[in-house]
Amino acid sequence: MTDYKMHLLVCGGTGCKASQSEQIKNNFKNQLQEVGLENDVQVIHTGCFGFCEQGPIVKVQPDNTFYVSVTPDDTREIINEHIVKGRQVDHLLYTDPNTKVQITESKNMDFYKKQVRIALRNCGFINPENIEEYIGNDGYSALGKCLEELTPESAIKMIMDSGLRGRGGGGFPTGLKWDITRKVENEQKYVVCNADEGDPGAFMDRSILEGDPHTVIEAMAICGYCIGANKGLVYIRAEYPLAIQRLKTALTQAREYGLLGENILGSDFSFEIEIRYGAGAFVCGEETALIHSMEGKRGEPTFKPPFPSQEGYLGKPTNVNNVETFANIPPIITKGADWFSSIGTEKSKGTKVFALAGKINNVGLIEVPMGITLREVIYDIGGGIKNGKEFKSVQTGGPSGGCLTNDFLDTPIDYDNLLAAGSMMGSGGMIVMDEDDCMVSIAKFYLEFTLDESCGKCTPCRIGNKRLYEILEKITDGKGTPEDLTKLRMLSHVIKDSSLCGLGQTSPNPILSTLDNFMHEYEAHVNDGKCPAGQCKALLQYVITDEKCTGCTLCFRNCPVGAISGEKRNPHYIDQSLCIKCGACYDKCKFDAIKIA
Amino acid sequence: MEMINLTIDNKSLVVKKGTTLLEAASSIGIDVPTLCHMHLHDMNIENKPGGCRVCVVEVKGRRNLAPACCTEVADGMEISTHSMRAVNARRTIVELILSDHPADCLICAKSGKCDLQNIAHHLGIREIHYQGEQSHYREDTSPAIIREIDKCILCRRCETMCNEVQTVGVLSTINRGFEAVVSPAFEMNLDHSSCTYCGQCVAVCPTAALTEVDETGAVIRALSDPTKTVIVQTAPAVRAALGEEFGMEAGSLVTGKMAAALRRLGFDHVFDTDFAADLTIMEEGTELLGRLNKYLAGDKEVKLPILTSCCPAWVKFFEHHFPGMKDIPSTARSPQQMFGAIAKTYLAEKMAVKREDLVVVSIMPCVAKKYESSRDEFAVDGNPDVDYALTTRELAQIINLANIDFKSLPDEEFDNPMGESTGASVIFGTTGGVIEAAVRTAYEVQTGKTLERLDFEELRGMEGLRKATIDFDGLPINIGIAHGLGNARKLLEEIKAGNSEFHAIEIMSCPGGCIGGGGQPYHHGDVEILKKRQKAIYAEDKNKSIRKSHENPYIKKLYDEFLGEPMSEKAHHLLHTEYFDRS
Repeated sequence: MTDYKMHLLVCGGTGCKASQSEQIKNNFKNQLQEVGLENDVQVIHTGCFGFCEQGPIVKVQPDNTFYVSVTPDDTREIINEHIVKGRQVDHLLYTDPNTKVQITESKNMDFYKKQVRIALRNCGFINPENIEEYIGNDGYSALGKCLEELTPESAIKMIMDSGLRGRGGGGFPTGLKWDITRKVENEQKYVVCNADEGDPGAFMDRSILEGDPHTVIEAMAICGYCIGANKGLVYIRAEYPLAIQRLKTALTQAREYGLLGENILGSDFSFEIEIRYGAGAFVCGEETALIHSMEGKRGEPTFKPPFPSQEGYLGKPTNVNNVETFANIPPIITKGADWFSSIGTEKSKGTKVFALAGKINNVGLIEVPMGITLREVIYDIGGGIKNGKEFKSVQTGGPSGGCLTNDFLDTPIDYDNLLAAGSMMGSGGMIVMDEDDCMVSIAKFYLEFTLDESCGKCTPCRIGNKRLYEILEKITDGKGTPEDLTKLRMLSHVIKDSSLCGLGQTSPNPILSTLDNFMHEYEAHVNDGKCPAGQCKALLQYVITDEKCTGCTLCFRNCPVGAISGEKRNPHYIDQSLCIKCGACYDKCKFDAIKIA
Repeated sequence: MEMINLTIDNKSLVVKKGTTLLEAASSIGIDVPTLCHMHLHDMNIENKPGGCRVCVVEVKGRRNLAPACCTEVADGMEISTHSMRAVNARRTIVELILSDHPADCLICAKSGKCDLQNIAHHLGIREIHYQGEQSHYREDTSPAIIREIDKCILCRRCETMCNEVQTVGVLSTINRGFEAVVSPAFEMNLDHSSCTYCGQCVAVCPTAALTEVDETGAVIRALSDPTKTVIVQTAPAVRAALGEEFGMEAGSLVTGKMAAALRRLGFDHVFDTDFAADLTIMEEGTELLGRLNKYLAGDKEVKLPILTSCCPAWVKFFEHHFPGMKDIPSTARSPQQMFGAIAKTYLAEKMAVKREDLVVVSIMPCVAKKYESSRDEFAVDGNPDVDYALTTRELAQIINLANIDFKSLPDEEFDNPMGESTGASVIFGTTGGVIEAAVRTAYEVQTGKTLERLDFEELRGMEGLRKATIDFDGLPINIGIAHGLGNARKLLEEIKAGNSEFHAIEIMSCPGGCIGGGGQPYHHGDVEILKKRQKAIYAEDKNKSIRKSHENPYIKKLYDEFLGEPMSEKAHHLLHTEYFDRS
């Protein structure tokens, strides 16, 4: 970065790319050439900045100006005003929704203030396609330290002392996993990176691979050194083309720099990494299923033990870690276990990346220290609920997690607290629901996902989840009975108790947690035939208020099934037996005369 | 060996490390029900996907229930196999399976022999609490096997047999979640796939998802048609297993009762496939010696080893997977087809019955025989040499229909001329038997000497791959034996690579040979049953007065009156066949 006077960091994450950030980058390049500044200002496509709600994001350095919601039409103005004349483009700055004050630097925004970035430390800061930028930010120094100063045992001890736990969902102590695999004797061992991110809404693994692929490569090599493996495999979903492309570029560069291959950094240690593609099955995030898929077999889990550390890929001892877990490894090695374990709670150390989504103002990717409360995440970082609505629930842990209420907002987030609250950390999906969300429908939504993603191998998950879904469907269709609520709970418990793998053992969680926390909503559906949130179509009625109806006939003319009748300039009437609840009348009425009852 | 202490249902026990909870419980007489689990101990075949979850038990201190079939014992474990928590889960799981299963037990092929039905009964299920959508798949009918996949419970036993044991690779689980189902790739029909119809999937299926094509109706109609002359042949392995269908001890030899039952059913003549097995030895043995002597005379082009060709599943297997080697197996037809060809020519002529009025029924331990009899090359102007091939199970069903008290039937003899057979032919029913029968004849023909010792123990056994060298009066003949197509594949790969040490190889598709055929009474994975059937077969051989095929007087007569000599033009036309590239 030394030759340039200024840098334009354009977010190159998948989200911003979908909002034309590629075009923005190209515009900058072309227009800089037009004004003859191409050698003074460098345009860099970075990884995800995290603040996806405000994307595409462009950051100008060295002055740290953070432009949001930039369009390809804005590039000329940024160049003419900011680059050439040194004047901020005010209308592209972020405005705090509460104070209405414009904020120039990201560190002053509530969204970033409470974040602590370890796994995401380089995302949005470096060019992921340039290894020198990674190296310039301490990259590969952890690998160097391991090879030159640390024995595998002492490196593993650092990981153990740091208290790092698996970020893929299980929360198993990473150092212990490495230690177990190290102690299994075998000439051939494997390091596998699980990049089969599948939780709906979660994209931290993708963002890390897109924004900082070298950190994963470095960590895998460190793991290989520690457990005695010379081969690494990244199992990545084929739906992540950008992450794959950046990883491939990074692998090539790492090989060119001698950071992969034979005798790395002149040591006895050799390590190579291959990419394997997943076809997009959620269950392949389960490590035995992932390994079967890599072996070319059907991607379905098998009983553990044997654990992959004993018999994994091709029957050899295999250490499987998730992308985010790996991203934590290099900083732990360079900065020490004490530094890492000083962050977080007693049993959950360090940080966790969450994908904030749902009815929240600041949708995006955040990294927060363990122990932060849900309230801080939702209200301080997330900026509260959209459109000033009431918070109802937050769902953590992806499809296998639970829905938590107001009562849990001040619970410090860590593995054990979330589990105790009836949810889980999972891979870090966090979806916020407001007063308009029907919790029965939410439970149904998650179950539909697990139903789709079940491999079908074991009975409880294959048929049990189907039956749960059918009961939920019955309830949202207004045909539920009180007995169905009992059945839901009983069947959920059996499925959790008897399924083969983590998918089935957790799939009823959204149902159980909503039964526990939102029983009144279920009862309203079943006993009163009402959906309190007004979401379940079958339980809605569109009714015309006589006082407000002017008899304009607009609803009559728009009803696709002829359910509306009435004389001109007289109140109209909806025949409920004919109404298909499409809502066309409601949308068209100019007099607010149609109510949802 | 490290030993583990644990308690199961409050009983203390010590078992070897590595024992599963299921085995440990069984060792002290506690029966934990299972559906998917299958263990064929001596053959090293185990199916334990841990999928049905019927065997879940409670382990003290463990968060969730443990599948007894997959969970290994650990020191100090306290297991409760029938706690109410386990029983509740087990019942719920079986209810779930039933909720996605057609409730047509009354007309189901497996009624009374269905593992799912038994478990539902055992668990006292009277109501299915969780009703919902049921899976519906197209029924797939082939010449030998019907897939009624609505009845599949995804135990994966068939997959283990098809892939791991037989290496045929036709059946596997496709789709996912509620749509997951065992099927050939792309849901193609079996008859478009490389299925060999060995029927091992049928033999292990716990429900009626996989059954043989039922030809009992057609046979009953033929028997009740006065214009037809209906004759029957019975394969060697049937007599060693049929009794089991009537509650008799495994290994009961019921040759005489079977002949009596067939006669009471109204077959005009009751013949024996064993007769044709002797004929097979004459043809195949002659072919073996022909090739061997050419080889000894310095002909390096001659194809050795020669492979037996009695097993139709095996024939289809090499036609699909090793078509380049289709000139290596013997060209001799199987005994079933030799019988049919002779019956519809020589016998029809003798009896003065027109070919189209003669119905040949065979009773086979095999599902693939149905397919074999339907092959185009075994028909004349569309009239098949063998009209119907019933399995042992189907025969038992007809005997029951006719209200025949099988156990109290007297022993009766087969009819002549095609009922006389030797000890050599009866051992066709077990692995090692065909080649032993061939050796008995080939030795005497080759050396001109009389064989003193007829029991070739070195060729017998249950090992999947066996080999032995037989001394032909100074000439060592290397013999290989494989049963199970996975084992056959190994020998074929050796031949393909030019590393085969054998002069002759016997191959049978089913583990154990025909005694373990896909059409036999269900052995539910119990190898002890197969061993008893095998013992019965060797006992029958021992009791025969003639034990060498070439000494069968009716075979001699057949050559004298009709065929001329082995490998004659007529024999070639009627008793040999060709193979096709099906790859």
